[in-house]
Amino acid sequence: MEKIRYSLLGIFEEVGKLSSFTGRFFGAAFSRPFEWKELIRQCYEIGYKSLFLVLATGFIMGLVLTLQLRPTMIDFGASAYMPDMVSIAFVREIGPVVTALICAGKIGSGIGAELGSMKVTEQIDAMEVSGTNPFKFLVVTRVWACIIMIPLLVIAADAVGMLGSYFIESTRGEVTLALYFNRAFHAMAVGDLVPATIKTFFFGLVIGIVGCYKGYFSSKGTAGVGSAANSAVVISSLLLFLVDFIAVLAADIFYAI
Amino acid sequence: MMEANEHSSGQKPLIEIRELTKSFGNNQVLCGFNLQLFPGENVVILGKSGSGKSVLIKCLIRLMEPDSGEITILGKSVIHLDQKTLDQVRTEVGFLFQGSALYDSMTVRENLRFPLRRHPERKRGQEEEELIHQTLRSVGLEDAIDLMPAELSGGMKRRVALARTLILRPKIILYDEPTTGLDPITSNEIIQLILQLQKELGTTSLIITHDMDCARVISNRVIILFDGINYAEGTYDELSRSQDPKVRAFFKDINERLHG
Repeated sequence: MEKIRYSLLGIFEEVGKLSSFTGRFFGAAFSRPFEWKELIRQCYEIGYKSLFLVLATGFIMGLVLTLQLRPTMIDFGASAYMPDMVSIAFVREIGPVVTALICAGKIGSGIGAELGSMKVTEQIDAMEVSGTNPFKFLVVTRVWACIIMIPLLVIAADAVGMLGSYFIESTRGEVTLALYFNRAFHAMAVGDLVPATIKTFFFGLVIGIVGCYKGYFSSKGTAGVGSAANSAVVISSLLLFLVDFIAVLAADIFYAI
Repeated sequence: MMEANEHSSGQKPLIEIRELTKSFGNNQVLCGFNLQLFPGENVVILGKSGSGKSVLIKCLIRLMEPDSGEITILGKSVIHLDQKTLDQVRTEVGFLFQGSALYDSMTVRENLRFPLRRHPERKRGQEEEELIHQTLRSVGLEDAIDLMPAELSGGMKRRVALARTLILRPKIILYDEPTTGLDPITSNEIIQLILQLQKELGTTSLIITHDMDCARVISNRVIILFDGINYAEGTYDELSRSQDPKVRAFFKDINERLHG
């Protein structure tokens, strides 16, 4: 009983600290000085260096989804609706969630480990005494880079996912690229695109904030760095699903009105 | 035990610490520490591992917040300063970290350029490049300018860290265990380098260490940090002849080594 009480208290404490860290980010995110150079470097590190992984996963997801859906669609005589089905599934859910989870693994752990080791080797303190605000230089730039780059990565994943789907369709049936994408875009409404895109910004925020929080407050020693990287992935993956659920629920309520 | 000394020249202290306390939970690390650092001095603070030396030096420039007490650096009360003025004071006070704390993701050149970027009188372009070269030359590592910290040896890292501290030409330098983790030959080189740079630039130093060789060579005055207070104070020679058992414990090994 006592154990449960302590672990519950631990969870509440963590939620409180993470919230105040997020508040601190928003407090610093819009005020001068802006670290533009570092922001651009982080966009490159976070966005460009994850691009290949995201594209490969998106393409394979497109292939798999189409391969698995096709027989059922044929049974129902609805194979002509394949582009509609795949595009909506990809844009609304599969693209954002799969990309965000991959990025939580790659980017979140990377940020957690990097900031964690900077903390352990006193590099963050060194920044502080040299008159540079380490929170602005390290945290604000990384979180902004995630907020900017994750939506772009999701769009790229959606595009190649649909391309993968077309690839299977074209080998199995008679469909041209133009016809496939024409149908796919025709099927999508603003109500599919807008909420799905908005939530990806929040996915970026979650990945950036959790990675930075875990690294920035990592405990001393190499074990602290490892556990910072590890818990950054675990917590951000969990939060991603929570944010996804809230976003879908909000969109559902909004469009029902 | 010696009393806090009065400076013969009647100069005002650059750093003054009064009744500093700091605790972590139930562990009282500092319980009323006092210190005065006068211009041109090399003061060594000796203490066992875990005696709160690093905590003291970190409280001094507010990397940690002390619980109570007064800290004055260059006439400014550090504890009540806003961030902007604190940053200005920090440019006057260099800090050499125990593990060098070089930025891993940057080259030596970028490491040295980093403290300059927020400096109010920042030099740019050719002038900045010249300053970086000149500072690296003064620690004898001009050739390493394009290397990454991972490519440097422990002694080289310490030299680059020293260069990064010196580049802002601080009036005071705080050294956190400058020789820890180095072999005796390299530590001696670092000590000689510190002394030489000190002569050239006229900086004042506060050195925290448990390395008695370092303390002997470098210090004008030694303060022993024991039980969270400035337990004893004096020149190295005075303290080495002390009859106080706690002070003697520090000098026991080295006296045995020197005198057989």
